[in-house]
Amino acid sequence: MAIARNKREQMGLTGNSAVAMAMKQVNPDVFPAYPITPSTTVVEEFSSYVADGAVDTEFIAVESEHSAMSACVGAAAAGARVMTATSSQGLALMWEVLYIASGLRLPIVLCDGNRALSSPINIHCDHSDTMGARDSGWIHLYSETVQEAYDNIFQAVRIAEHPDVMLPVMVCLDGFITTHAIENVTPIGDEEAQEFVGEYKAKNSLLDTDNPVTVGAMALQEPYMVFKYQQSEAIKKAKDVVIEVGKEFEEKFGREYGLFESYRLEDAEVAVVILSSAAGTTKVAVDELRARGKKVGLLRPRLFRPLPHAEIAEALKGLKVVACLDRTDSMSGFGGPLFNDVRSVLYEVENRPLIFGRIFGLGGRDYQVKDALAVFEELLSTLETGKVDELIKYITFDPEAPLSVDGSGC
Amino acid sequence: MSDKKSPPIGGVIERGGTAHEYTTGGWRKFKPVVDHEKCINCLICWVVCPDSAIIAEEGKMIGFDMEHCKGCGLCASECPDKITAITMEEEAD
Ligand code: SF4
Ligand code: SF4
Repeated sequence: MAIARNKREQMGLTGNSAVAMAMKQVNPDVFPAYPITPSTTVVEEFSSYVADGAVDTEFIAVESEHSAMSACVGAAAAGARVMTATSSQGLALMWEVLYIASGLRLPIVLCDGNRALSSPINIHCDHSDTMGARDSGWIHLYSETVQEAYDNIFQAVRIAEHPDVMLPVMVCLDGFITTHAIENVTPIGDEEAQEFVGEYKAKNSLLDTDNPVTVGAMALQEPYMVFKYQQSEAIKKAKDVVIEVGKEFEEKFGREYGLFESYRLEDAEVAVVILSSAAGTTKVAVDELRARGKKVGLLRPRLFRPLPHAEIAEALKGLKVVACLDRTDSMSGFGGPLFNDVRSVLYEVENRPLIFGRIFGLGGRDYQVKDALAVFEELLSTLETGKVDELIKYITFDPEAPLSVDGSGC
Repeated sequence: MSDKKSPPIGGVIERGGTAHEYTTGGWRKFKPVVDHEKCINCLICWVVCPDSAIIAEEGKMIGFDMEHCKGCGLCASECPDKITAITMEEEAD
């Protein structure tokens, strides 16, 4: 769905339409996909582009997401530029093959409309799907807005295919909240897009019978660790490539992208660390409190894997109290992944800030400005007492009255 | 691995036919033995052998490549029932 006033001006696009449009502009060689809510319309719109001849892409309709990612791996090993889209159970079904894609160092780009994992079955936003894949060797970019999701697709291609990296990238945007909301987007031109992503020339191809290669050979005790070391070094290097590609994107198109977004953080005493669309809601609370003279701020990681640990430590080191808000629970009995990562990052900081973790908005439960304000209230009272009351807690939720009065939304 | 210091990323083997260098003959517990009197040269064994260890020349079953034959017995069980030209014999230890 697109409401365009003028080709080079702003368009009103849903997150999924914007992502599909970016993928069209990239014009990948192969697009294997199995549609799943809430990323269905990415696949639907992209397949329309294929049917209309707007792209040269080979669209492969598969029987499951396991097959979708397997086809991505095969096509990428054949030297193709490959993209796909999924959500939730779809990503979960891809799991086994996600590790194969990263281990084989195939620069596949996947867009995930973040959605809760079953059970209970739920189609709405949380980050349990991609967070479960955080150790899969993929690079993870989380997008706050439709514009950012659109811009991230182009950058993901460049990051994935960078010779120092050669790893798959997933671009995450919040299910329904961002995938289905219409926002103003300033697209880039088709030619500019092509120029930015450039042509992909794979080092070797399964289809090159003059230069036969084996992909997916066994590597036992000795060599296995060599390849994992190479992979580990490559994902570390991805951080600099994300910065470099972000800079080039900014020079060309005027929108700034780094490892994370710092919002009113310079002189802040307390801050919230939070991913994706909920950061927008939190910024409204930051502004309200700043207007009341409170020194509050926000840090929104964009690159989550690899974790830009030194840079996050540097950005948070002057703070007194930090709250990490996770839209998923690791079920470790010790909070969410963002909390655990950021807490670990802060360990190296001298006079490190106090930190607590809050779990919010699971399965699409609403997170409003008042909820963000309540977190800041907790932060400010911790600042006063110098003591964290509760290290980890569920918010946007009252354990004494877990459902709203009429039970709606359950 | 072509270069011991930095093997190709992703574990890609950058040349063909390397399976030949990996001898699976050492796995063998039973070895196939062919009776050329019975054999009708249908070459079914050549088709089914997972290690390309059946040596065939000019449409004739010649014997086995014992460097690669792993002793799975597929050739013996797929040799037509009326022929049964291949038998599996225990390897001498
Ligand atoms: S025993 Fe197995 S490996 Fe050996 S020749 Fe027969 S089929 Fe091939
Ligand atoms: S399958 Fe039996 S009959 Fe046929 S070629 Fe092999 S040994 Fe001979």
